[in-house]
This record gives sequence, structure tokens and C-alpha cells, in this order.
Amino acid sequence: MGLVESGKLPKPLTQLLNTSRKYSLWMYQWGLACCAIEMAAAMAGPRFDIMRLGVIPLPASPRQSDLLCVSGTVTDKMVPAVRRLWEQMPDPKYVISMGSCANCGGPYWDSYSVTKGVDQVIPVDVYVPGCPPRPEALLEGVVLLQERIQNEDMADKWRGDPIVVS
Amino acid sequence: MTVTESEQLAYVAAKAADARVNVELETDDGMTLNIGPQHPATHGTLRIVAKLDGEQVLWVEPIMGYMHRGYEKLVEVRTYPQITTLVNRIDWLAQTCNETPFILATEQLMGVEAPLRAQYLRTIFHEMGRIAHLTMFLGDMGVQIGALTPMFYAMRDREFVLNQTESVSGGRFHPNFNRIGGLKDDIPKGWLDETIRIMRKMEAFCDQMEELLLGNEIFEQRTRGIGIIPAEIAQQYGLTGANLRASGVDWDLRRDVDSPMAWKHADFNVVTHTDGDCYARTWIRLQETREACKIVTQLCEDLPAGPIMAKVPRIIKVPAGEAYVATENPLGEMGYYVVSQGDLGPFRVKIRTASFHNISIVPWVLRGVYVPDIISILGSLYFILGDIDR
Repeated sequence: MGLVESGKLPKPLTQLLNTSRKYSLWMYQWGLACCAIEMAAAMAGPRFDIMRLGVIPLPASPRQSDLLCVSGTVTDKMVPAVRRLWEQMPDPKYVISMGSCANCGGPYWDSYSVTKGVDQVIPVDVYVPGCPPRPEALLEGVVLLQERIQNEDMADKWRGDPIVVS
Repeated sequence: MTVTESEQLAYVAAKAADARVNVELETDDGMTLNIGPQHPATHGTLRIVAKLDGEQVLWVEPIMGYMHRGYEKLVEVRTYPQITTLVNRIDWLAQTCNETPFILATEQLMGVEAPLRAQYLRTIFHEMGRIAHLTMFLGDMGVQIGALTPMFYAMRDREFVLNQTESVSGGRFHPNFNRIGGLKDDIPKGWLDETIRIMRKMEAFCDQMEELLLGNEIFEQRTRGIGIIPAEIAQQYGLTGANLRASGVDWDLRRDVDSPMAWKHADFNVVTHTDGDCYARTWIRLQETREACKIVTQLCEDLPAGPIMAKVPRIIKVPAGEAYVATENPLGEMGYYVVSQGDLGPFRVKIRTASFHNISIVPWVLRGVYVPDIISILGSLYFILGDIDR
């Protein structure tokens, strides 16, 4: 991968790498609250079946995962654990914030103990709105994330430049 | 910067709590095992610190609060109709069951009673919430023990119940369908027949699960004689619901308390078991799913005609007073103690949730067990973190 480190990558190679990356996402599910049940329905429910999108749920450890799905209310007591888990994941890593609580606090917008959005501590790639979102909405979020991965320039990402999505 | 005395005290208290946990983590005798806050067996975000001697648990402490969302404070700044939306999310598996006691308490304060048809429909939704909850439990219990297959069956059949809820209220599992004085809408055409058909399906699911899960030899070995809770200990710790009935105490608020719901018109059994172990708790919940199917079928068959909403003012002001109403929820007794001072919102609400009391027995029941049994016992006690921390 010397080409990537020097900041140059031939376009066909980028395409190839991105296509293979987007169809083999290992999703670490951070099931916190109500949304975890809908996420479980999307993962384990035969009706929705997230695996047909190439997402593999239930990795043994965050160190094996590419995608973190934060589903549910993040409280101030929980935030250090979320941040620590995200730091354990290897790059390149992506985050889906599922549900209103993880997006912005949701119905607990005036609560003293709820973090108003998980994006205060970790960068979020896709927000899935709803309280809770339907499993189909989570699938849509995964599809959007895959689009984003397809259009990524990996060299940019690994140099740490801001990502431009066409 | 000046620090007030109370701030200083709060800081010292926080530090002391941290230090205590840390000291206990670092002591030499035995090994300390931290489970959670993110672990599949904790149904969310319960953290358990266990001190082990080899494979045996010496001492265990559940650490809660990772899902504390401050319901009791939030409801003080909401109006009564807004609160039903909020309390829906306490026990997130059981649909309308969270609303029911709050609505009943408010109606009791206002002196309103829902029409008979609304009472029947409320009971139907309550029991459907119970079915959705317990099917999830049966699938989940398998996952805890290491059997993944029951989860897929449970998820498949749970969808039918959620679909019925959705077709009537628009929400898959936060329907927010109850109103003070009745229900939002009447049911759609053909809903009753479809529900009866689905209840037959769920009964078939129970039969399937009984053979698949409870008849499994490995499952029996992992659960029989594990985590035995005697009846008097269960009562001392304030256990309610299926956990108490599994210890042989015949106690069910649906039958024992006369509430304005339609349970008195249905014919159902309260199932008890004498063993008090993990197997008994699982078995009780399976039987309760059957009983709930029976209740829903009966109530659907003799649903009376009539209005679904009592006469209530457009702007709901509740007269001053206090009321405590509890119902039998899937996890146990859930009650709301509502104090009103005649405003648009309550002055204070105390929420008595079942899981908080069920989890209090964990240090007692986990003492002396082996490490793999921690998972069986926690799985069979069955708690929801939103229900514990509120």
C-alpha cells in the first residue's frame, strides 16, 4: 500500500478496494435502548435480514469491526464507554447513529442525564431518524453509507484530509 | 473560582464512590471480573462486577445508571397527554403496557372511566404487548444459553404482533394509542379476525418453542437447579411478576386487583411453579404467553360495541390529589404514584418499575454460583435497563 501512503492511488484500484470494502462491513452493535430492538429485528429478523447488504453483525470484539451502530439513548455515564469503544476500532471506521436519542437527544432533549447527540463525542457518518426508526430505515442508512464508501478516495481518508463525497 | 459547599460535597461523594469500586477491583484475594456495560447478556447496559475464586462467584455488585434518563424529573415539566408519549419508552419491549397504569391513575384522579369497549381494547393491547415482550424473552433466553435458532423464530413471529399494533396505531412498538378517557381511534375493519388468526399462530409458536427450547437437553442442564430463589426470599426482596410466580407464590395483579380493565371478563389461569430455578422462570413465561393469547382471543370474540372515548375536556386539568395505580406488566408490578396540584402537568410522579426490584436480588442469588450460570440467571430474571434506571 505504498501508493496510498504517498497519496496517489490509481482510480481502478480505488474502485476495486471501495467495492470490496462496502460489501464486507462488520457491524458492532452498541444496542442501548429501544432502538436496539429494532436493530435486532433488522439483524436477526428473517423479514429484514441485514446480511443481504453484506453487513455482518455480531463481531466478537470492536477490534474486528468496521462499522459502529449506536442505537439508543446515550447518557452522560455511558459516553466514556462509547468513546473508548470507538477508539478501539481500527481505521477506516464508520459510525451510524440510529434513532432520535443518539442523533440529538430525542424526547429527552431537556433531561439532565442524557447526552444530546452522540456526535458530540464521536464523528457520525449517517444519521437514521425516527423514534425508533423502522428496521427498513436502518437498512436505508446502511445503503447510504455504502454509497459514501464507494465514492471515497482512500488516500484522502488515510491522509486525514476532509472527505469529499461527490 | 469559588466553590460552594454543596459542590464540594458532591465532588467528594463522586470521588469516594469511584474509589470504592476501584479498591474493590484491585484487591488481591480472588479475581475480579467486569461484565458490561456492553454485554449481550445484560440486555443493554447493566454492569456487573464479580469477584471470583476460580470459577465460583464470591461477591457481585450490579452497577446501574447507565440508562438513567430522568423520567421522574421530566414528567414534572410535561402535560398529561405528553407524558404518555414519554413513559412508553420505559419498558421498550412491552408496547402499551407502560401507558396503562399511568392512564388509569390519571383517570382515577379525574373521576373518569373509559367506556367498556375502550377497556376491552386496552386490555387487548396490553396483552399483545405482553406477547411481544415474552416472545422476545424466549428468543433471548436461547441466545444467552448459546442457542441462536430460537431467536430467529421469535423474531419472525413477533413481527405478526407488531404488525397488528401498527395497523391500528401506526407505531410498531411505541403506539401511544391510549388517551385519557379512552382510545385515540377505533380499530380498523377486519382487525379482530386477523388478530384471532395471529393468536392461533402465536399459540403454535409456543408449542414450537416448548419443544425447541424447553425440551432441549442442554438447556435443561444449564437451567435446572440453577439460581434457586425460595418464596420467602423472593418476597423479601420485592420480586414481582413471573419471577415471583416461579417461586410458587400465587400473585397476579390482573386477577387480584379490581381495575377498570377487562381482565375480569376473561377466563385465564395464573400459572405458578414450585422450583424457583431458571427453568421454572422460563417455563412460567412460556405459559404466560399462552394465557395472554387466550385472553386476547376471548376479548376479541366478545368485544362490545359502543363509544371508545369518555367525555373529557379538551384541555386536561387534573384536580388536586394523589393516586397509585399498578398493573401486572410482563416484568411484574408497574405502578405510578401521581401527585397532582390541579395543573396541566403532575407535581410529582413516582414510577415503581418491576425490574429495579427484580435486579435487587442479583447479589443474593449470584453468590456461590459458577461463572457460566451468571448468564443463565441474569437471562432468566429478565430485566430491561430502561425499566431499571428509568
